[in-house]
Amino acid sequence: MSGLPLVTPGAGMTPATGMSPAVATPGAALPLHEPLVEALPGRPTRVAAFGGIYSNHRALEAAITHARERGAEAILCLGDLGAFGPSPDRTIHLLRDAGIPVVRGNYDDSIARGLDDCQCGYTDPRDNHYARISYEYTLANTSPESRRWMAAFPREIRFNLGPLRVLAFHGSPRRMNEFLWETTTPTHFLRGMAETAGVDVLLGTHTGIHWSRDLGGGRWYVNAGALGRPANDGRREVWYAMLSVDSPGPANGANGTGPEVGGRLQVEFMPVLYPVDLLADEMRDEGLPHEFIETIRTGWWTTCLEVLPGKERARGRW
Amino acid sequence: MARVELAVIDDAPAVALQGLDELWFQVAGTVCNLRCRHCFISCAPDNHSHWFMTREQVREALDESVSLGVKEYYFTGGEPFMNREMDGILADTLALGPATVLTNATLILPRRARRLAALAAGSPYTLELRVSLDGITREMNDAIRGDGAFHRCVEGVRNLVAQGFLPIITCMRSWPEPDTPRYLQGFRELLAEVGYHRPRIKILPPLLMGEEARRTRGYEETERVTARMMEGFDASQLLCSRARLVTASGVQACPILLEAPSARVGDTLSEAARTPVRLKESACFTCYLSGAICSNTGGGVGGEL
Repeated sequence: MSGLPLVTPGAGMTPATGMSPAVATPGAALPLHEPLVEALPGRPTRVAAFGGIYSNHRALEAAITHARERGAEAILCLGDLGAFGPSPDRTIHLLRDAGIPVVRGNYDDSIARGLDDCQCGYTDPRDNHYARISYEYTLANTSPESRRWMAAFPREIRFNLGPLRVLAFHGSPRRMNEFLWETTTPTHFLRGMAETAGVDVLLGTHTGIHWSRDLGGGRWYVNAGALGRPANDGRREVWYAMLSVDSPGPANGANGTGPEVGGRLQVEFMPVLYPVDLLADEMRDEGLPHEFIETIRTGWWTTCLEVLPGKERARGRW
Repeated sequence: MARVELAVIDDAPAVALQGLDELWFQVAGTVCNLRCRHCFISCAPDNHSHWFMTREQVREALDESVSLGVKEYYFTGGEPFMNREMDGILADTLALGPATVLTNATLILPRRARRLAALAAGSPYTLELRVSLDGITREMNDAIRGDGAFHRCVEGVRNLVAQGFLPIITCMRSWPEPDTPRYLQGFRELLAEVGYHRPRIKILPPLLMGEEARRTRGYEETERVTARMMEGFDASQLLCSRARLVTASGVQACPILLEAPSARVGDTLSEAARTPVRLKESACFTCYLSGAICSNTGGGVGGEL
């Protein structure tokens, strides 16, 4: 456990008032469009965010501990709890026990609603083949209780990081499964999205590879990456983002003073080591494809490759 | 209101632009160094019905694209690398966002491949080369694309791969659909011979227009998109819901409908962005069935969730 228990399970993440009794439990998701700022008293200045857990409960456990030890005042999950890994309920129990709010990912949306596929946005037959194996396994092994919990995930969460207004989502503010890759997403496109949303920081995931960009004019985009599998970089570590701000001042625009109140975002991408071999053993025991195991062992993606832009693909092995 | 009226008049539904995600440029007009027997807009060395765009024309549209929130830029023709200003055009584009060039690769000699690699390395954005290759053998490809095209194209791919590119190989499906896995394997083996060991391959359905209508058949009268077909249909699957094509002489709904008067949506990009597209053309039927095949990653990618 953390030596700096700034985030305690179920505390600091207490759901906002007005929740229905059915979901008003520690770890319950906030309802749609409920501003997280109400759930984070004291206006945090240091928040950890991760997404793409892909049932990698061992990486999730390590990341929660890591984030607490490094002073995260709040932890946020950006969705896609299931996919390549084993025993999806283990991930869900960890998140619920820790009281971590979750933004709805396309995978969560599909599992909760029992859809035919994961809505991952793949268009290649091989990608879809592996996506189907993974989805059918996850759907069959997620409990009804977990699915009910996931059904309450909001599509977005807004909160204040010091003086900065943050919009957290899964793919993009406009589409849950939109891929925002570093090499295919223009700065002007992101700036327009931030302006439309009326926020200073856009915070998402979905691609599985972390990156961030200063959009100018006091705006930023952050892709928190994925805890579920490595970043196709030949390393075994997985990644999350730590967002910090140097000033706890009032929110931009909240007091009519406009965006010049101050506060500069600092983004640190945190590598997380976890017991890869133990997860690999579990995956093998569950009969999951060896391609998935190879990815967590080698750090190179072996499936779901065709959605990668040329530049990102060229950096990988396959 | 206009949308309803249009639908009533001729049963051709209208699609409004949801967001200008893709900006296409008919950068080589209809001028091509090849004369393919399946070309849906009959491009050829002597087809001058649409002329090259100048770097200045492209730059003006690029400037406008910033405020319109464009996400990706595509260049097509004809053969884009017949445009003498192509390197400059790509440099201007890659300063703003990702660029994709649809090419037959026959003009990509080692020196050009090196220049393209330098352009790509100098940008934070990706430069994608989409190479049209219509067969896994010389006989199969050249029957469609003309004598010598196979060899020159494969050499172009070799040159791109040698510079670190992973070109997207596109092929019009000219075989029965169940045979596709066999042809995909054939492509993999062919491309491995030129050092391309993890190929990106995109098989496209034929568009039954232009030269292809003469080679096989045109669309049937019933192969059209009707208002009833649009009920409950995710319009984001259609390219015209998120793209426009800029040419040297105006703006069209999409790159397939370069020649269709009904698909002209304005003189300027901002006018074209405001103008809905009427799905009057039979090619809209292929887009309806297959998704926006022109995009690098297919159509809609799941649509609005």
